Amino acid sequence: MAAKIPASNVEFDKLRLDDARALLGRDTALALPAQAQSATQYLQSVIDGLCELSLKDPLTGLSNRRHFRAVLDRTIDMVARSGDPALLLMLDIDHFKKVNDTYGHPAGDTVLQAIAKALAKCVRPMDTVARYGGEEFAVILPNCHAYFGGTIAERIRQTMQDMPIAIAAGTKISVTVSIGGAYAPEWVRSTAALWTERADVQLYRAKSEGRNRVFLDTQQEIFVSAEEKNMLFGHLALGDPAWIEGIPGETPGGSAMQKVN
Amino acid sequence: MSDVLNPPKTGDSAPSVPLKPLGKVVAVTSGKGGVGKTFVSANLAAALAKRGLRVLVLDADLGLANLDVVLNLYPKVTLHDVFTGKAKLEEAIIRAPGGFSVLLAGSGMVEYSRLTPEVRDDFLRIMSGLVPHYDIVLLDTGAGISDVVLFAVSLASEVIVVATPEPTSLTDAYATIKVLVGQQKRQTVRMVINQTARLGDGRAITVQLQQVLDRFVTTEPGRAIKLVHMGDIPADPAVRQAIMRRQLLIQSTPGSPAALAVTQLAQKIHETVIPRI
Repeated sequence: MAAKIPASNVEFDKLRLDDARALLGRDTALALPAQAQSATQYLQSVIDGLCELSLKDPLTGLSNRRHFRAVLDRTIDMVARSGDPALLLMLDIDHFKKVNDTYGHPAGDTVLQAIAKALAKCVRPMDTVARYGGEEFAVILPNCHAYFGGTIAERIRQTMQDMPIAIAAGTKISVTVSIGGAYAPEWVRSTAALWTERADVQLYRAKSEGRNRVFLDTQQEIFVSAEEKNMLFGHLALGDPAWIEGIPGETPGGSAMQKVN
Repeated sequence: MSDVLNPPKTGDSAPSVPLKPLGKVVAVTSGKGGVGKTFVSANLAAALAKRGLRVLVLDADLGLANLDVVLNLYPKVTLHDVFTGKAKLEEAIIRAPGGFSVLLAGSGMVEYSRLTPEVRDDFLRIMSGLVPHYDIVLLDTGAGISDVVLFAVSLASEVIVVATPEPTSLTDAYATIKVLVGQQKRQTVRMVINQTARLGDGRAITVQLQQVLDRFVTTEPGRAIKLVHMGDIPADPAVRQAIMRRQLLIQSTPGSPAALAVTQLAQKIHETVIPRI
């Protein structure tokens, strides 16, 4: 429940807005309207701007870790209730330190921005793309089926690999990324910590197996192939009456086994 | 009964995850729901108790199990009250009609289906305190292979998978076994096939599952998965009657084919599983 707001009018001239104004003024994207129609409208834009600031990573414009965490918690709640599959991808730029050491930190920042922009383009608008920290990014993909997860992660990896990044006039470099992913356990209230840990394990695997790779955790999504199913109960499809109706007199199960083999 | 129990201390000595399976603890799981997992747990517990063993059945489904329904129990104090500090552990343990002890989770435990490290630690602490007081502890886990189920199974030194001959049940049992092999590096999984049509069906199903596992599941050399067929429980109208009356089958109709099968299963577990653990 939202806190009850007193009904009285706001005394606009008594508000201390200087800090907020300074914070918002610095970022051109969040500039306040020059001429607000009313105090209410002006305050609304201050609030919107502050919310935006508290949820965004200033360098890349992606969601920050705080926003990521909130979305992750909400996704867990939704998955627990709906059983819809949700995928979490953790992505880390390979050898990023080398970029910083070779070309300097401004170049590093340019790379982070380029990767962030490309990453956001690779996924759907409903997905949450966040800068998790340093050169690590995270994507939450709600309602993402198991058979698409690998394709999306691979598409991201390929896009980054093929993308030239202009870090200075005449200087273009390209970087690769390692990606680890995990699905939220469906119908279950898991925890954000467990879920990110599983994705992180896969990211670590991608790194240790040579980088520029994708690994997805498949532990929760148990896949039983058609071939396995066929062997498990192919005898039923063949209509072995001994198994279906239990006709006495036959060697139980024995005939079924032979048919399958 | 409470005199056999000393509530475990909540000190610094409390062990934390990752954990080693506890001896004398047998998880009963299934993959698919509705295959008679709780029916097997409850009646097996009664049959083991009849053999003179001290048996505890623990609702490891954290409040979603139907153990209370099957046993017709309405405890005033549950594991939830122990977790929240409202009651002592020994108050939550009740005597079931079959002569064994039961620890029910209580519906409030659903909120603990968020398996946080704290819940794991609490659960493990309670379990380690309980185990020494019994000859065998049965964990009636939830259906599926959620992290709660896998955690509960990870506490047990032995796993029994209950399945029926139906394709859906076999698929889910197979999937569960795959996860147990892959994630917990289990080498032995015990099978109980419920609702079999004829003598020998269960063994044939176990053999079939073993063949599919051998072909499709790769294990480290020398660590092959072995399914052990523990027994069949034949389809028997007496089972339905007992369930509808909310009685234990081995008490209401001890001479029925299904009750005899459960008794036999208990004997096999007593003779082969308990000495091992």
